[in-house]
Amino acid sequence: MNDRKYIIAGLVIFIAIFTFPFWYNLGKASPGPDIKLTEKAKAAKQCVMPTEYMRAEHMHLLDIWRHAVVRNSDRTFVNASGKEFTMSLSNTCLDCHSNKAEFCDKCHDYASVRPYCFDCHIDNPKEKK
Amino acid sequence: MNVKYMYSLLAVIVLFLLAYLGVEAAGLRMLFGIVIPYVAVGVFLLGVIYRVMGWARSAVPFQIPSTCGQQKSLPWIKPNKIDNPFTPGAVVVRMFLEVCCFRSLFRNTRNAIKEGKLIFEWEIWLWVAALAFHYAFLTVIIRHMRLFTNPVPVCIQMVEKLDSFFRFEILTNTMQVGLPGFYLSGLILLAAVTFLLLRRMMIPQVRYISQAADYFPLFLIFGIAFTGILMRYFTKVDIVAAKELAMGLVSFHPAIPARAIGGVFYVHLFFVCTLLAYFPFSKLMHMGGIFLSPTRNLPGNSRAVRHVNPWNYPVEVHTYEEYEEEFREKMIEAGLPVEKE
Amino acid sequence: MSDFPKPDQLLSNIDRTPPRTDWMDTPVNIRKGMYCYAANPKSVEYTHLPFPHQWNPTDEDWHLPENWKEILHEGFKVRLERFRSFKIFMDICVRCGACADKCHFFIGTGDPKNMPVLRAELLRSVYRNDFTLAGKLLGRVAGARPMTMDVLKELWYYFFQCTECRRCSVFCPYGIDTAEITMMARELFNLIGLNIDWIATPVANCYRTGNHLGIQPHAFKDMLDFFVDDLEEITGIRVEPNFNKKGADILFITPSGDVFADPGTYTCMGYLLLFHYLKEVYGLDVTWSTYASEGGNFGSFTSHEMMKRLNSKMYAEAKRLGVKWILGGECGHMWRVINQYMGTMNGPADFLEDPVSPITGTLFENARSTKMVHISEFTADLIKHGKLNLDPSRNDNLILTFHDSCNPSRGMGMLDEPRYVIQNVANHFYEMPPNTIREQTFCCGSGSGLNAGEDMELRMAGGLPRANAVKYVHEKHGVNMLATICAIDRAALPTLMDYWVPGVGVTGVTEMVANALILPGEGERTTNLRGEPLPGMEDE
Repeated sequence: MNDRKYIIAGLVIFIAIFTFPFWYNLGKASPGPDIKLTEKAKAAKQCVMPTEYMRAEHMHLLDIWRHAVVRNSDRTFVNASGKEFTMSLSNTCLDCHSNKAEFCDKCHDYASVRPYCFDCHIDNPKEKK
Repeated sequence: MNVKYMYSLLAVIVLFLLAYLGVEAAGLRMLFGIVIPYVAVGVFLLGVIYRVMGWARSAVPFQIPSTCGQQKSLPWIKPNKIDNPFTPGAVVVRMFLEVCCFRSLFRNTRNAIKEGKLIFEWEIWLWVAALAFHYAFLTVIIRHMRLFTNPVPVCIQMVEKLDSFFRFEILTNTMQVGLPGFYLSGLILLAAVTFLLLRRMMIPQVRYISQAADYFPLFLIFGIAFTGILMRYFTKVDIVAAKELAMGLVSFHPAIPARAIGGVFYVHLFFVCTLLAYFPFSKLMHMGGIFLSPTRNLPGNSRAVRHVNPWNYPVEVHTYEEYEEEFREKMIEAGLPVEKE
Repeated sequence: MSDFPKPDQLLSNIDRTPPRTDWMDTPVNIRKGMYCYAANPKSVEYTHLPFPHQWNPTDEDWHLPENWKEILHEGFKVRLERFRSFKIFMDICVRCGACADKCHFFIGTGDPKNMPVLRAELLRSVYRNDFTLAGKLLGRVAGARPMTMDVLKELWYYFFQCTECRRCSVFCPYGIDTAEITMMARELFNLIGLNIDWIATPVANCYRTGNHLGIQPHAFKDMLDFFVDDLEEITGIRVEPNFNKKGADILFITPSGDVFADPGTYTCMGYLLLFHYLKEVYGLDVTWSTYASEGGNFGSFTSHEMMKRLNSKMYAEAKRLGVKWILGGECGHMWRVINQYMGTMNGPADFLEDPVSPITGTLFENARSTKMVHISEFTADLIKHGKLNLDPSRNDNLILTFHDSCNPSRGMGMLDEPRYVIQNVANHFYEMPPNTIREQTFCCGSGSGLNAGEDMELRMAGGLPRANAVKYVHEKHGVNMLATICAIDRAALPTLMDYWVPGVGVTGVTEMVANALILPGEGERTTNLRGEPLPGMEDE
């Protein structure tokens, strides 16, 4: 058939597009992000919530904090074990995790996430109490 | 209860349980995270090639486009170049509009007999839902590439950015949506798939023609969109671990990440794998078939350019000689010219 | 037919609510008035088609060959390999339902198996069972069912309730064409001798005598001579048609229905007048043929092979007579065959010349390979160049609308040429609503060999959407004449009009041309070709 060549060409294009992630990553070693904890963070052992929770839901927690602070001027967070924290990205989170480039950005870049938190909270500025 | 959609719904529920219990209860992470995805991709690729080449093997004996507009004839009559394409280039335009804009479906009308009169209405919703469904699905697939590429190409980041341009945040005690950013495509996909499902179940004629094979992909895609949305906005998932798994697969260094990813994630993945493996053996092959449809991909120029039929065999005909042999006397009598007096 | 329903009865019988039972569990009821009689075995035998036998659709036993299932399975398989269209259309339908209410038979009957999608599913279910993995594994869950006698009867009944009009394919997002599926189904029936007589007998006649009415050469000439007499009475001029004339410029082929039955006969008289005019004024020599005296091709309703066997006569005769090219008269499916099949089947026509109108010098580029031109293209070109002396006021008693015939619209795209001709030969012309004309035109309900007498209820139901649109312009603009370019339309629509829209006549476009055409040396015309007084001549 004289149209076989067009059909095969079409199939090749389709397969090329479909297998894009396979050949795009070919020969590239892509280990997961290797995040570094600061000494202070290491010393604390545990974040405000368990690590598992923090990994998946830190953005959720931050949203709740923002809401509590901005809408209800409630600045104190009490976690499950009764420990108290000030709800502040700059003063609490980034106090321990002061190495944004080595900690926050690693995973955000890896997962192609661009949180708008850092549009304002740049370079770890301390907020006035 | 209609058994056809019950079958399909049941099948999707079974698939859900298989994956969820398989991972959560039996711990079959290797199976659901590595083996099945590879098998599914393999089946999909080979299956699609097999089906398309199967179509390619069949001949196209005649040039039979549906001519949906004025032919090219006399120079002063304006032809409809797209709906009755005369040149291969015009066929490309027609096919492009067909594939990318669902042009034929756009023509859809609905009619009813009212007081003895046949009344027509423009029926746009099937076209809208179909277009929304396909483009939302495409967007969802493209933005998922962020989990399959490292570094993530700029164009994919662009799609993501566009998809989440609509900043939409809800925060209540039970629900939190908007962080991470809200993707429009997911919601549109879920809405369109729901519309298409309801349409199939509610309109009596459409329900009457529907097979289990029509409900199954809709339920399955509903399941995919639903679990995706569930993970992103509600139950949450360790996205970095998910990407590690995905990257392992596409770089041929498959590994189950050390950190656990929730059962919902494996359900999501298993649904996608099912869809991939099911694809080549189902009506979903319309994706490839539309390109080969002879009523759309051939030009309407069969009187100007001869189309060749590869199996055009000689046939028995009634020749003029045989005809004259039978009627010669009568022809001569009537004064009609004959070959042999 | 005493039990034949009246129009309002037929209208109120239409119920689109599907049955409570699934379509696979709803048995077929082969109902009187909705099917055509079985083929006369002699006709099937004459053309050497398979398995001629006596049978009756309403009988339990259809007297099939013992291995009929095998024959159908093998036939199915061969056709899947030979026709990509068939294979694709079996595979990719998503049952979206866009086609459902596009079919005139569904609109007119409400029977869900007349929805194009379900009509195709009747056959697809067998395809799934025999040729797909899912169907073999899952059976009915996958929408598959084995071929049984009941299934065969259902297929036969419903594929002879499709007129191959292609309207559904316009709306299908994948271009799935039920006409193509119907053609395949009918080829399969043909393999086990399940033809209908209204197709098989015309095919046999056509094969033997050249035309589907079985008119022998001398009688064919006689019939045209009658028209010559009539025309002399009307115009005072005796036209002299050529028959089987070697060395003529152009061979003219038109459906034989126009030679035989009113109102097609007036169109035929129109051709005679037009050719006489062109001969007198421009010296154009047109010949008729008694051997290729049929343009219509009922073979196309039987099988591709039979289509080719009948169609071969056109080129054979053109070659024997040594004409320059071929001119085709007004016919629907004839033009689908010429436009989409003839060149491929029986070409290349390299023994003919490029189709150039010797009068205007126009080269019909769109017919360059097939070398066959449509009379409307030809006439439109003549009018555009001012080559015809016309008096449109002679058609002033008529308020016209134009019915696009299915095949010239959706298998060719000839929409504006006939309109141009009509608007130049008549003064009162109104279009029907846009959903019912051009590529969205509705079938007359009697195409593809279904215009028999015994299936009248089917024909009247199928013609409902067309008639309804005519009724609209009849009531709004007083339309009293429906012009067409199809011989089956001329045969079928008068009955349809009498049934649904009394007071509307049916005409061919060339009849309108001939009414308006002023012949050199003609006497004062007082009547039109039908012998009816011309406007202003009523009292004389």
